Amino acid sequence: MTVRSRVLVLVSAVAVLAAVALASVLHASARADRRDRPQAGGPRVASGPVALRGAGRLVFRNMAWGPHRDELTAVPAGDPDGPRTAAGLKCLRFHAASGTGVCLQAVHGPVSDTYRALILDARLRTVHRYDVPGIPSRARVSPTGHFAAWTAFVGGDSYAGTDFSTRAAIVDTRSGELIPSLEAFRIVRDGRTYRSADVNFWGVTFAADDRTFYATLATGGRTYLVRGDLRRRTVTTLHANVECPSLSPDGTRVAYKKRVSGLPKDAPWRLYVLDLRTLRETPLAEPRSVDDQAVWKDARTLVYALPGDYGADLYQVPADGSGRPRRISRAAVSPAYLG
Amino acid sequence: MYLADSRARTSAQGAVRSPAGRRRAALAPTVLALGTVSLVTDVSSEMVTAVLPLYLVTGLGLSPLGFGLLDGIYNGFSALVRLAGGHLADRGGGRHKWVAGLGYGISAVCKPLLLLAHSLTPIGIVLAADRTGKGLRTAPRDALISLSSTPGTRGRAFGVHRAMDTAGALLGPLVAFWILRATVDGYDAVFTVSFCVAVLGVLVLVLFVPGGRHDTVPARQRPTLRAALALLRRRDLRRITGCALLLGLATVGDSFVYLLLQRRLGVPDRWFALLPLGTAAAFLLLAVVLGRLADRVGRWTVFLAGHGALLLAYALLLTSWHGTGLPYLVLALHGGFYAATDGVLMAAASDCVPDALRSSGLALVQTGQALARFACSLLFGAAWTVWGDRAALAGAAVALAGCAAFCLVLRPRGEVPA
Repeated sequence: MTVRSRVLVLVSAVAVLAAVALASVLHASARADRRDRPQAGGPRVASGPVALRGAGRLVFRNMAWGPHRDELTAVPAGDPDGPRTAAGLKCLRFHAASGTGVCLQAVHGPVSDTYRALILDARLRTVHRYDVPGIPSRARVSPTGHFAAWTAFVGGDSYAGTDFSTRAAIVDTRSGELIPSLEAFRIVRDGRTYRSADVNFWGVTFAADDRTFYATLATGGRTYLVRGDLRRRTVTTLHANVECPSLSPDGTRVAYKKRVSGLPKDAPWRLYVLDLRTLRETPLAEPRSVDDQAVWKDARTLVYALPGDYGADLYQVPADGSGRPRRISRAAVSPAYLG
Repeated sequence: MYLADSRARTSAQGAVRSPAGRRRAALAPTVLALGTVSLVTDVSSEMVTAVLPLYLVTGLGLSPLGFGLLDGIYNGFSALVRLAGGHLADRGGGRHKWVAGLGYGISAVCKPLLLLAHSLTPIGIVLAADRTGKGLRTAPRDALISLSSTPGTRGRAFGVHRAMDTAGALLGPLVAFWILRATVDGYDAVFTVSFCVAVLGVLVLVLFVPGGRHDTVPARQRPTLRAALALLRRRDLRRITGCALLLGLATVGDSFVYLLLQRRLGVPDRWFALLPLGTAAAFLLLAVVLGRLADRVGRWTVFLAGHGALLLAYALLLTSWHGTGLPYLVLALHGGFYAATDGVLMAAASDCVPDALRSSGLALVQTGQALARFACSLLFGAAWTVWGDRAALAGAAVALAGCAAFCLVLRPRGEVPA
């Protein structure tokens, strides 16, 4: 082949490839228009004031298509699939308690997306703002509203790399003081200090004493429930095979996802409740794999998200292993019951 | 064999003192073509790498933790693929282009397959296939670069290639995030565009890189596996491989370096994702300069100086001084280390491998180095667990200094001391 014909082949190939590439980008961007229109039969969403105080309210990220997609919305706790009031604030993950909220959101920068955490007051005004080093995964506020925590996935950087890590941060919402990574805490395992480069923390949940928290610690291919002490800056392992713990309102039990052997690698978890005194595990009635940090609606009921038609739906199940799961709201994720 | 052998000998001497007029000689078109192929392919692959975590977590709702568990097993397999690629390319009198093309092709086909894989196991398989393609193509491509440039300009040729390669790696994420910005959940568009770009890379290779040199090696002298293994009997190559291996054993993995940067120098979280870009930028800027320098003052000198830069980076990470410029300095040294070692090692190894076995020889050196670095990661992780990060790094620094000193003594024949 002469140089001329080679260049000709290249130019025509570039034209075809560019057309395919452009078509795929246009196709994907046309999706934006569809998603900005409300779907038929979906929940009604209207703008309105949303406050993080007032008993009997449920606040979550609305995932229904329409102009308020991804915004925080409030519904009466007794009618979770009813009309929604949208706050105009977009969050990927959210949680709130005692008039304090934490909202993890994406910031679309010129080069790439970055993420940040907003600490919100009861009227959704930003009190503090922090950088989040990766894709937000879990968010939690302490029952007192004095502490907030979040977890992010930090991606690998090698070619087609598959090593990921998590980073869990805790912030004092009153002073604004940030602990960027729980990895700075001393780990106590079997009574001794434990160190490893492969330590990862995720899924923080707080007790009401403004000092104790629980979280997942992963190291050496295993996960542990740890009890953390914010004053002594230590975490102590309590129980193996616990992920995304959620402390009950009375502080005696932890709901969590447990990796059950024999299940597929993509969907390996079942919801369990652990009694912190006896360390007795109770499997819950949800037969599907749950990848969420559940919330306690009250002392007897757990609420969590499962994949749905528009991203995720909310379900509830009794915390004692009885009954069966029930869908309470469609197109919703990151619920917080306000008390 | 004798012919190729003697040519290799002159190559080694050419590295020492290249005629003054030759240094300004134009770069071989093949090197530019291969640089373009690598640039385009890196745009394609880094597009996917950049959005993969996001895709897994928000697109598919998967938990990416525990995903890297098979990495260790895969590293061993990847080493075998690399050796096989090198040997296959040498057989039949230089099928470098076609073996490299096969590698680029496999990686290209993997991109649309990502659209079909929706759970961890198939995605893991597609990524493994992608890396198999990369393992297959690396040695034949480097062999083509070295065979198409004169011995006296090889350092520069590899430098230009590595700079173009890195430029592609820097551009890829920009393209990917631009697409995500222009679309809603446009991962399908990212993978499709990535595929189109990868196909373009394969096309440039097929159209503009000359094929094998059937004329240079008569059929009966086609390299056998035994001949490839016998390469290790050559003292120079044995020394280079040995040194690459030793130094690789003291080269702490990139992710550890970034983790240490953050822990020891307190780099803010928001900059964490940008740390690899700092290394890449320094690599890009210095690759050509240091490649040329290697042609002039000797490849081994520059190669060892690169490890000196890495040693300095370790030392800076160990100090308790917390200047604002320190992270930049560490990243510049880290990128400089790559610029002074990655292509330069290939140029140095090319000097002591006959043409007919070039691909096998380079694959041997690369594999030794890769396995040693992997072993170092395991050792470093274990040392971190037992003694903590500072002590582990101090250990790595001492090991690096020791290995570098040893390699300074063991420099291959034909290289003059600085």
